Amino acid sequence: MDNLTGRVALVTGAAQGIGYAVATRLAEAGARVVATDVRDQSDLGEHIATRSHDVTSAARWAEVVGEAVAEHGRLDILVNNAGVSGYDQLHELPLAEWERIVAINQTGVLLGMQTALGPMRKQRSGAIVNISSICGATSVRGVAAYHSSKHAVLTMTKNAAVTYAREGIRANAVLPGWIRTPLTLGQTDDLNEAFLDATPMGAGGEPQDVAEAVCFLVSDRARFITGVDLPVDGGYLAR
Amino acid sequence: MDRLKDKVAVVTGGAVGIGLATARLFAEEGATVVVADLDKPEQEVDAPGLEYAELDVTDEDAWSRVVAEVVARHGRLDVLVNNAGVIDYAAIDAVTPEDWARVIGVDQTGVFLGMRAALGPMLAQGSGSIINLSSAWGVVGSEGVAAYQAAKGGVRGLTRNGAVTYACRGVRVNTVIPGWVTTPLTDAQPAEKNAEVIALTPLGYGAEPRDIAWGCVYLASDESRYVTGSELVIDGGLLAQ
Ligand SMILES: NC(=O)c1ccc[n+]([C@@H]2O[C@H](COP(=O)([O-])OP(=O)(O)OC[C@H]3O[C@@H](n4cnc5c(N)ncnc54)[C@H](O)[C@@H]3O)[C@@H](O)[C@H]2O)c1
Ligand SMILES: NC(=O)c1ccc[n+]([C@@H]2O[C@H](COP(=O)([O-])OP(=O)(O)OC[C@H]3O[C@@H](n4cnc5c(N)ncnc54)[C@H](O)[C@@H]3O)[C@@H](O)[C@H]2O)c1
Repeated sequence: MDNLTGRVALVTGAAQGIGYAVATRLAEAGARVVATDVRDQSDLGEHIATRSHDVTSAARWAEVVGEAVAEHGRLDILVNNAGVSGYDQLHELPLAEWERIVAINQTGVLLGMQTALGPMRKQRSGAIVNISSICGATSVRGVAAYHSSKHAVLTMTKNAAVTYAREGIRANAVLPGWIRTPLTLGQTDDLNEAFLDATPMGAGGEPQDVAEAVCFLVSDRARFITGVDLPVDGGYLAR
Repeated sequence: MDRLKDKVAVVTGGAVGIGLATARLFAEEGATVVVADLDKPEQEVDAPGLEYAELDVTDEDAWSRVVAEVVARHGRLDVLVNNAGVIDYAAIDAVTPEDWARVIGVDQTGVFLGMRAALGPMLAQGSGSIINLSSAWGVVGSEGVAAYQAAKGGVRGLTRNGAVTYACRGVRVNTVIPGWVTTPLTDAQPAEKNAEVIALTPLGYGAEPRDIAWGCVYLASDESRYVTGSELVIDGGLLAQ
């Protein structure tokens, strides 16, 4: 399915987990991929360009997008994937922890869209996918700041979709359920079991499953799809 | 072009419109596709991988016959697209019992009968993907179209029920929610109604049947193996507003 030939894509949080799978999948589909992360990304292979990038830094966003456009002349695809989790319940959530999670998961997505909209509006085309979560559409105990930031990603995505549709720019959200990544493997067994027990398929997904959904949404085959939430969750949200 | 290689699919209402585009793309992607519609189309599309069956989706016995024939001929059934549909524009106070029964019969009971028939071979195989067509009018209110809105809303509930019930047995069930699409159905609508919906669509144009068909390819393929109970909206941003 080499349907992204000639497209230029930027994927955040690409050192591991879902972001790694997305960057690899888009490159396989023919896109020229710029992968960014705060972590070392030397595993990604030489055909993917890597940049050190903290998504909370507006200045660094400008540099990373500016370089991509300088080198390739355009930016077609942005995947805002970088994210962190936090498990505190509301009553014990320190303000600093709230601000850290919101800065990465929510403001990071805002900065990414704002920066990418520059070249995309000039081109009058572009496809943005923001990685939210099943926690962006429903609630589990605790995880207060994560919930709030992932809900915000959904509404920000719809707002961007409606605002920029007439300029040829699409924005969609993917909502992963429990996916096997360093993030979930670092969680307590109790929490992981609770998620899997509540998943109708009774099993978790792989990063590749999310990458396939992203690859479809950024392609021209999805040219009429904008402002949607696509779960990849083994049926979690259907229950 | 082999995303559906070796899969056997049934597409209802496949003679025209969204169903025809879906059947064609499925065949291009390597599937064997049985196009099931009221009558065999006047012009059979002569593409490799396309076969035809007569089916009224409201007819329980016809479903048993068609599914049995497919399994007898091809040994399996991997994908069912419940696409056949009819519309009625009357409001609640004006809809006749006959029109109500006809629309619910095709759009909702027809989907139930299709799912029930396909679940036989799919549960026996331990795999399958069922795709049900709802509509943006199964999500938000529109003036008139009472029976259609009821049926298309019902399809969304039935999809989730099927998804949750059969997830552990390998069968996935998802809904596709089109916005405005150029087909014989919308060609027959009053021009003002069409213009109104397209004006409300953020992308500013209507879809071609292939735009919906690509979504069905994704949901039919193993690329979406972790996706069940979802609603894939393909509407140019209509429902995001
Ligand atoms: N794994 C799941 O089950 C799951 C479920 C729902 C949603 N998600 C979401 O998917 C995305 C990826 O999750 P994952 O499971 O692959 O996580 P992960 O922790 O394995 O990987 C996240 C990556 O983001 C990077 N990152 C963190 N902060 C950053 C920053 N400020 N700037 C740039 N990069 C940063 C990390 O270095 C890491 O490489 C996240 O947004 C997460 O919330 C994951
Ligand atoms: N066109 C749109 O804008 C639009 C929007 C939202 C949803 N949809 C839905 O998508 C599906 C396909 O729509 P379309 O626009 O291609 O419709 P269409 O009217 O162009 O084609 C429908 C097909 O279904 C067949 N059919 C009708 N009753 C049947 C029965 N009892 N048994 C078997 N086949 C039967 C018809 O013969 C026809 O071939 C429908 O379910 C429709 O409600 C369409």
